[in-house]
Amino acid sequence: MATTDIHLHQDVHHHDDHEEHEHHEGNFWTTYIFSQDHKIIAKQFLITGIFWALLGGTLSVIFRLQLGFPDMNLDWLKPVLGGWITPEGKLDPEFYLALVTMHGTIMVFFVLTAGLSGTFSNFLIPLQIGARDMASGFMNMLSYWFFFISSVIMFVSLFLETGPAGGGWTVYPPLSALPQAIKGSGLGMTLWLVAMAFFIASSLLGSINYITTVINMRTKGMSFTRMPLTIWAFFFTAIIGVLSFPVLFAAALLLIFDRSFGTSFYLSDIYIGGEALAHDGGSPILFQHLFWFLGHPEVYIVLLPALGLSSEIIATNSRKPIFGYKAMIGSMLFIAILSFIVWAHHMFVTGMNPFLGSIFMLLTLIIAVPSAVKIFNYVTTLWKGNIHFTPGMLFSIGLVSFFLTGGITGIFLGNSAIDIQLHDTYFVVAHFHLVMGSASFFGMMAGVYHWFPKMFGRMMNPTLGYIHFWLTFVGVYMVFFPMHYIGIAGFPRRYYSWTNFETFNGFTDLNMLVSIAAILTLASQFIFLFNFFYSMFRGRLAPINPWDSTTLEWTTPRNPGHGNWVGEIPSVYRWPYDYSKPGAKEDYIPQHIPYSETPESNLPHENDLIKLESSNGSGAIVVEGDKH
Amino acid sequence: MAAEIRIVEEAKKPLGMNPKKFALWIFMVSVTMIFAAWTSAYLVRRADGNWAVFELPQLFWITSVIIVISSGTMHWAYLAAKRDNLEQTKLAISITTLLGVAFLIGQFMAWNELVRESVYFVGNPSGSFVYVISGVHGLHIVGGVVFLLIVLVAAFRYKVHSKKLSQIEMCATYWHFLDGLWLYLFVFLLLNR
Repeated sequence: MATTDIHLHQDVHHHDDHEEHEHHEGNFWTTYIFSQDHKIIAKQFLITGIFWALLGGTLSVIFRLQLGFPDMNLDWLKPVLGGWITPEGKLDPEFYLALVTMHGTIMVFFVLTAGLSGTFSNFLIPLQIGARDMASGFMNMLSYWFFFISSVIMFVSLFLETGPAGGGWTVYPPLSALPQAIKGSGLGMTLWLVAMAFFIASSLLGSINYITTVINMRTKGMSFTRMPLTIWAFFFTAIIGVLSFPVLFAAALLLIFDRSFGTSFYLSDIYIGGEALAHDGGSPILFQHLFWFLGHPEVYIVLLPALGLSSEIIATNSRKPIFGYKAMIGSMLFIAILSFIVWAHHMFVTGMNPFLGSIFMLLTLIIAVPSAVKIFNYVTTLWKGNIHFTPGMLFSIGLVSFFLTGGITGIFLGNSAIDIQLHDTYFVVAHFHLVMGSASFFGMMAGVYHWFPKMFGRMMNPTLGYIHFWLTFVGVYMVFFPMHYIGIAGFPRRYYSWTNFETFNGFTDLNMLVSIAAILTLASQFIFLFNFFYSMFRGRLAPINPWDSTTLEWTTPRNPGHGNWVGEIPSVYRWPYDYSKPGAKEDYIPQHIPYSETPESNLPHENDLIKLESSNGSGAIVVEGDKH
Repeated sequence: MAAEIRIVEEAKKPLGMNPKKFALWIFMVSVTMIFAAWTSAYLVRRADGNWAVFELPQLFWITSVIIVISSGTMHWAYLAAKRDNLEQTKLAISITTLLGVAFLIGQFMAWNELVRESVYFVGNPSGSFVYVISGVHGLHIVGGVVFLLIVLVAAFRYKVHSKKLSQIEMCATYWHFLDGLWLYLFVFLLLNR
């Protein structure tokens, strides 16, 4: 017993929630609305993200109706879409473009950047590194409210008479720069740019905070090599964000000047109705360079947090240490570096120098190496593990599956020669929806299922989770697998209709299947929604550590208050993946348990780390292995 | 617990610095990225041809000298604060603020010089780039001047001294950064006409 009194942090469990609530005073507004508590801000991001995901998904189903059932009478949508349904009961073609654009924008930025990074970086960084809160709670609050303003502006743009932005989520000029080009390039585009400016500010505030917190706010003993892979992933994501989002801002600002002030950064030699425009000397390709310098790293801003979350969940639920901890960090670092030097693979067909194309092709294909390392490590972590198939675990395994199937098609697309055929076809759509869209979405879902008990103190219903997983998993493959065939056949993206062309007349049945699958997949998300909100209030009360996990967030009270830990913050003595350690009493040893408490499972070099001394400093003593 | 024995394992406090200073450095990285984007875009666009060549305003030389001097006085203010020479701190920080404002006025007058040369914001991108680059740098200078004013007020309230340096340190870091950034931009524009 004599050796136990130092582990104050273990006593944390004894405090109950009542005591905790007395710590933070404040009314409804400061507690739930303008909160500076990272956990509340994370939940705000999550709820806003879910709202956007639902909206983005609904938009996709509307344009899938058009693509799968081109002859369908859509008059029944008139109460919602009003004038966007033509008198013949068809979807307005310009509104179709706006739907595609808004679906992309919402999903990439509002759901998978803000909803994913914003939620889990905010929630997990302080909890897993042992900090009371973010480095700057105020900046964190500002980050959410900039995102909120951005969301409101983007949402308002949906209801404009001329419709929201319609030039694709990549907003290439000249289409996006000239209001007379399409309706969507009018006020909708202006609001899009304003919303994105706020979004970038929000994202930068968040990223600066995440990096600062990870580097400076770690608890005692939390060295870089003891950080969970989630934290590494969020850390790299934030660095990518700090380096790439300013470039999008630079590009967007020049586009704003071109649109509203008459400059010619991206515009030149344009004739409308036989009349030359005054713009002269610009280059639309310039925009693509600037855009994709953000655009490609953005893919990893979306993906890396999901990979981090799934690393943690797979290790926990395989009851095994993650295979190749340092290789996982190294591959993430390598991916992060590569993400900045591959952007021109989006531009192979812009008439770029073929030699330059070869260089970008080579760099692009190298991404396969760290990606393969990651998949290998996931599989070897699962290998011979004592796997617990929780919903979070299933979604993580689903992520690995999508990352693989989607990643393989990336090898085709990365080839500048094959890209001539595949560029801007449904093959591309299938590729990025699997590897970045669905994989990240599954990572986000895995995170929600896994950390729901910590967020709301209650468990989600696992049965509904399983149903949600299988319907979504099968649905996603049914939506995106056929798209590969459609794409190889040469079907271009963003087309309103194919039935007008003899060449593209086939595959109507396949398109119908895709649309039906898309509707079912969206519908099955309501199972999740019900589960989420029902469990928030009525779910089974969560134990302190429901998944027998090793990381620090599970040492906090069931509903941690502002400050996370009652009393002292626990110190960290070991890496976060001591699962099924040979000789250990249980199949996991939390990070805050010193080696001196686990002599039965220590490796020789770990025994050396134990340093014992008496409290009065009168010299070290040796303790036998006779622990309680 | 008669024995009062404690086990102390090595749970070292990991490295850490003032989070605010650290955040400022990351912020400066993101500002650098904006200008890196524009200067790269400038080079890419210039290589395409159809590029109007014109003389940069002579005033840019004078404003460059002003901002370099202001960096010097900023450092003077910092050193004075470090030595608890508060009167000098107040003086130096006031001069820095005035020089910052002078720089802004100078940049604006340089734009007038460009207009007299018939180089407008709207026109060939070679001119537009100069306006955008100097303009957005100027916006950051405005931010820097606001920061200087905050430190100035703090200095007059005797809240800047050797025991309380972090605010003036951050202000100095940011100001030197803006100075270096302008020198880079100016040299860049001089070399790539």
